[in-house]
Amino acid sequence: MSKEAKIRDKEGKAWLYTDVVKDHFFNPKNLLKHGEEENYNADASGRVGSPACGDEMALWLKIDKKSERITECKWQTFGCASAIASTSMLSVMVTENGGMKVDDALKIKPQDILARLGGLPARKVHCSVLGDQALRTAINDWFQKTGQNQRIINV
Amino acid sequence: MDHAATTPVDLAVKKAMDPYFCQHYANPSGLYQSSREVNGALNDARRKIAEILHALPDNIIFTGGGSESDNLAIFGAARKHQKSGKHIITTKIEHHAVLLPIEQLQKEGFEITFLDVDECGRVTAEQVKKALRHDTILVSIMYANNEIGTIEPIAEIGKEILKWRKQNNTSYPFFHSDACQAAGSLDLNVEKLHVDLMTINGSKIYGPKGVGVLFKIRNVDILPLIFGGGQEMRLRSGTENVPGIVGIAKALENARKNSKKENLRLRKLRDYFWQQIQDKIKKVRLNGPELGDETVRLPNNLNVSILDVEGEALLLYLDEYGIMCSTGSACTSQSLEPSHVLTACGLPYEYAHGSLRFTLGKSTTKQDIDYIMEYLPGIVERLREVSPVNLTCDPKKNFHPKYHQR
Repeated sequence: MSKEAKIRDKEGKAWLYTDVVKDHFFNPKNLLKHGEEENYNADASGRVGSPACGDEMALWLKIDKKSERITECKWQTFGCASAIASTSMLSVMVTENGGMKVDDALKIKPQDILARLGGLPARKVHCSVLGDQALRTAINDWFQKTGQNQRIINV
Repeated sequence: MDHAATTPVDLAVKKAMDPYFCQHYANPSGLYQSSREVNGALNDARRKIAEILHALPDNIIFTGGGSESDNLAIFGAARKHQKSGKHIITTKIEHHAVLLPIEQLQKEGFEITFLDVDECGRVTAEQVKKALRHDTILVSIMYANNEIGTIEPIAEIGKEILKWRKQNNTSYPFFHSDACQAAGSLDLNVEKLHVDLMTINGSKIYGPKGVGVLFKIRNVDILPLIFGGGQEMRLRSGTENVPGIVGIAKALENARKNSKKENLRLRKLRDYFWQQIQDKIKKVRLNGPELGDETVRLPNNLNVSILDVEGEALLLYLDEYGIMCSTGSACTSQSLEPSHVLTACGLPYEYAHGSLRFTLGKSTTKQDIDYIMEYLPGIVERLREVSPVNLTCDPKKNFHPKYHQR
């Protein structure tokens, strides 16, 4: 067994995914460790998918009520490399530069996550679709918890 | 660790093939001296394989691989004999090279019985007997399964079919078996197996890729898929792949010589591997038949489900350490459906997504397994840390698990 073995795609590229995907897969950012969920005191949370369909994501948010900026975004994902990497990337996107405003975060599309990842193989694109769904579910949860039911949107 | 996908070409095989690339390259159909020599090598290979199979040389058709042999057997027999009946029996866990041609025939008006398998992937001769009808023209059941290593009772099924033919005074149905996974380790005596058609390929037995054999008993007529120069008794036109054919004969010969000792070695290694996994990783499940009985499972196959993590993610981590294996997870398939074999065995999707298949080979040593076990538990732990899923059912019990959402 050689240590140099690499998964090659059909064009002969050394890795099926971009370096960005690889980095987020092997070094996921903003992961919420097991056992820390209870004490994390999230302002909102969301969960989509199920292990039966192959992907499941859980997302926890901390949101500053005054500025409506997302200050923290933690997550856990069951799924393949692209599912893990796209949740990780999403968590970076919503918290960088002082945090994204809730209204802007609601506008995130799978394409935006894909663009930041440098693309995914075509049949893997659906994995990142779950990420933005989980985010909207979590934000809806926040609307509900803060008594802003009129702002709840369709996921 | 993925020898069921393919094997390297054995050096002795490569050596046997070498002269037929540049030196003895003549077309075996020619009438001159050099052609006759090459034709002699071709016939030697045919004779050698026939001997191993306890068949006659004219029962051996060389093809372009296992998939082609399966297609030729199924389309060839079904289309030739459709006037006598349009019913075919097969199983739910066949290789796609069998399943898809049969599904194509279904679209063309054939009626198909897809036999269920038990939780280990086994069908019984009794099931086949019950499914037999007066318009059944073909039964196709694999000798051993590529994903979970289940060995099907081909000889018993063959006997049932013989009995049926005798009782009903008919020559139908014909019996085909895909033996690609079995060829390296199991008995290929067609007289004992009672098969009329049998598929073997080179690339699973340390032989070359792109060459296969279809064994076809003399009194079964089939239609060719490829028409042209009339090679292979008019059943497979095209200039013969002589180096490949010489190679597959040598590979099969080697496999026969060493299989007993090698099977024992592989089983010991495989069993040690499974023990290590059980000792070092929690919540794992063996997929397929028990390991203890050599008559029910291929010696080199280990298929396990590791709960709460997904197979492709595991695979990519392992690949980083130079460890290569496969998974039944949907994420690696083009269709995004999990393994049809694992789901046919009644395995819930959650388990299929976390399945890993290790298939050991000639070069695999205990050191290799110890190397894997250095990293696998840590990788699983890492991915479980990332995962929000916590399946709570006893993995040994094969029912749909409940999982909690934290």
